[in-house]
Amino acid sequence: MAGLDGVALRCSGLWKRYGTIAAVADLDLEIRQGECFGLLGPNGAGKTTAVEMFEGLNTPDSGTVEVLGQRWRGDGDVRLRSRIGVALQETQLADNLEVEEVVRLFRSFYPSGKTVEEVLVLLGLDGPRHTRVHQLSGGQRQRLAFATALVGDPELLFLDEPTTGLDPQARHRIWDVIADFRDRKGTVLLTTHYMEEAERLCDRVAILDHGRTIAQGTPGDLIRDLGAEQVVELTLDGDVSDDLLCGLPGVTRVARRGDQPLVGVNRIGEALPALLDLLAARAVPVRALVTRQASLEDVFIHHTGRGLRDA
Amino acid sequence: MPDRPARPPAHPLLELTWARMLEFAREPGAVFWTFGFPVLLAIGLGVAFRARPPEPVRYRISGDASIAADVRDALEGSVGIEAVDLQEPDLDRALQAGRIDVVVQPTVREEGTLEVTYRYDPERDAGRLGWHLVDDALQRARGRTDVVEVREAPERSPGVRYIDFLIPGLIGLNVMGSSMWGTAYNIVLARRRRLLKRLAATPMRRSHFLLSFVGARLLFLASEVVALVIAGRLLFGVIVRGSLTTLGLVSLLGSLAFMGLALLVASRPRDTEVAAGWMNVVMLPQYLLSGAFFSWERFPEVLHPVLRLLPLTAFNDATRAVFNQGASLVSLGPELAVLSVWTVACFFLALRHFRWQ
Repeated sequence: MAGLDGVALRCSGLWKRYGTIAAVADLDLEIRQGECFGLLGPNGAGKTTAVEMFEGLNTPDSGTVEVLGQRWRGDGDVRLRSRIGVALQETQLADNLEVEEVVRLFRSFYPSGKTVEEVLVLLGLDGPRHTRVHQLSGGQRQRLAFATALVGDPELLFLDEPTTGLDPQARHRIWDVIADFRDRKGTVLLTTHYMEEAERLCDRVAILDHGRTIAQGTPGDLIRDLGAEQVVELTLDGDVSDDLLCGLPGVTRVARRGDQPLVGVNRIGEALPALLDLLAARAVPVRALVTRQASLEDVFIHHTGRGLRDA
Repeated sequence: MPDRPARPPAHPLLELTWARMLEFAREPGAVFWTFGFPVLLAIGLGVAFRARPPEPVRYRISGDASIAADVRDALEGSVGIEAVDLQEPDLDRALQAGRIDVVVQPTVREEGTLEVTYRYDPERDAGRLGWHLVDDALQRARGRTDVVEVREAPERSPGVRYIDFLIPGLIGLNVMGSSMWGTAYNIVLARRRRLLKRLAATPMRRSHFLLSFVGARLLFLASEVVALVIAGRLLFGVIVRGSLTTLGLVSLLGSLAFMGLALLVASRPRDTEVAAGWMNVVMLPQYLLSGAFFSWERFPEVLHPVLRLLPLTAFNDATRAVFNQGASLVSLGPELAVLSVWTVACFFLALRHFRWQ
């Protein structure tokens, strides 16, 4: 049973400062039961600090956190802890233990949950069950971290950068498990700086920058709100003004990444020839031109003027 | 080979303790330093300081050849002294270097009586006491008789050899070393790797985590102490005069005190190097001052009250008393009190300040 109102997690007015820097600044969120919610943002945006406050591992300076209808009361919150699952960013589990031993150890902490065997099979870890942790590949390690989060059969799962540093194959494997968990009515909060991951898995996202929410909604709505279906990325030797670009047919908006223009377009067939004509008329040489679907990345650039990776 | 399905978990405290033991047993280096090294150390030190028969006093006669021959004949065959034929003209240097202990210089007075000068280094016992032996032998040979009847009763009591002193000291060093390193290092490492934080995010009871260190440690402690007791017995004939139960209880309490200290050292640092520094600050003075290799009573008397309060001093004194005097638990009250206070105080402070992140 989650919160009575179908809310799995709610925080309001959440602040956390380290010295003069606000890691989390006035954060308000509401995560509904059964949804997969993504916290997006570049490194240092405050995602991990926020999640650790949700997990009751870090105390907010001010504001409230309510998890499954309860507030964290202190270290001894055994009941509430047994209803959530946690995978931290970069935990090194005991090197000299075998996969099965680690899962069993974590299972012993929970009053109820899956069997060790079920979890091993679910995450494809039954093969390397007798492999020691230090011999696992990066993907296997992440799956083991995931296994320790799932073993108590949680209602709410916190995943901090679950696929960072993994190859595409390992990443897809993790995505499948997350999607499967959500399909069984589990609630997920995940942090990531991969837009593709968020667009693929998350029902709703909040984009964080410098500890603040700069946008919140479904990935589809956020992208639609840009008013552009396509984005033309230009690399120019020289410049043209945003006003000129905006005046072109089919162009809905212009953003900048660094000093290079990103042109938002809804009728690519009209916009592209007009754009090339303009650049030719102005004698601005084009070094590169890429067109692509608008993405959450563009939402972030639109709000901050920076890319997620180069933030 | 198809794998058997995983067995279900037992009580978390058991699982944590078991995990800790597996981790230790799978680290071959740790096993050697805990069991092999102390035994090797005992063998090395035991051989170096083994009991030797007393050495004779070495003397050299100098002076006129005929008188020298006379004296030499008189001393011939006396017990505990030995003439040295030294081809060295500089007898002073030979005395200084300890190659001879006494120079005997006989002369004949005008009236015909013998006069002897003994030269020796008063700083060295072999000279200071040895010339009396030479003199005694000479006087007897010349006809002196005893005025008091004397009987010798040399007593070689067991438990007073250096190795009898050393083995309990080594047990002390080992119990302190392994209890402290085994606990503190692993806790700080787990904190650095965020394993502590990960565990804190589970419903695991935090006391179980800390108790698992105590549980695993006590199992190893038993084998460590037994290894040294057996090695001492077989190699050097060191016997435990008191009861083994008493020895076991003293070791248990000692180990708890050192684990408390370790927990306190490990309660905050995130860095293993920082923790190692603190460990040395805590352990090094005890290595030197707590009477592991030589008695702490050799330090100035003003320090004694302080030295007695160190946990390793209390532990060494208690184990030594059990080994060599057959002390009972009751007679060890003061030492056990010191260890108990350390245990309770350290655990209390450590748990109050423990950092899980």
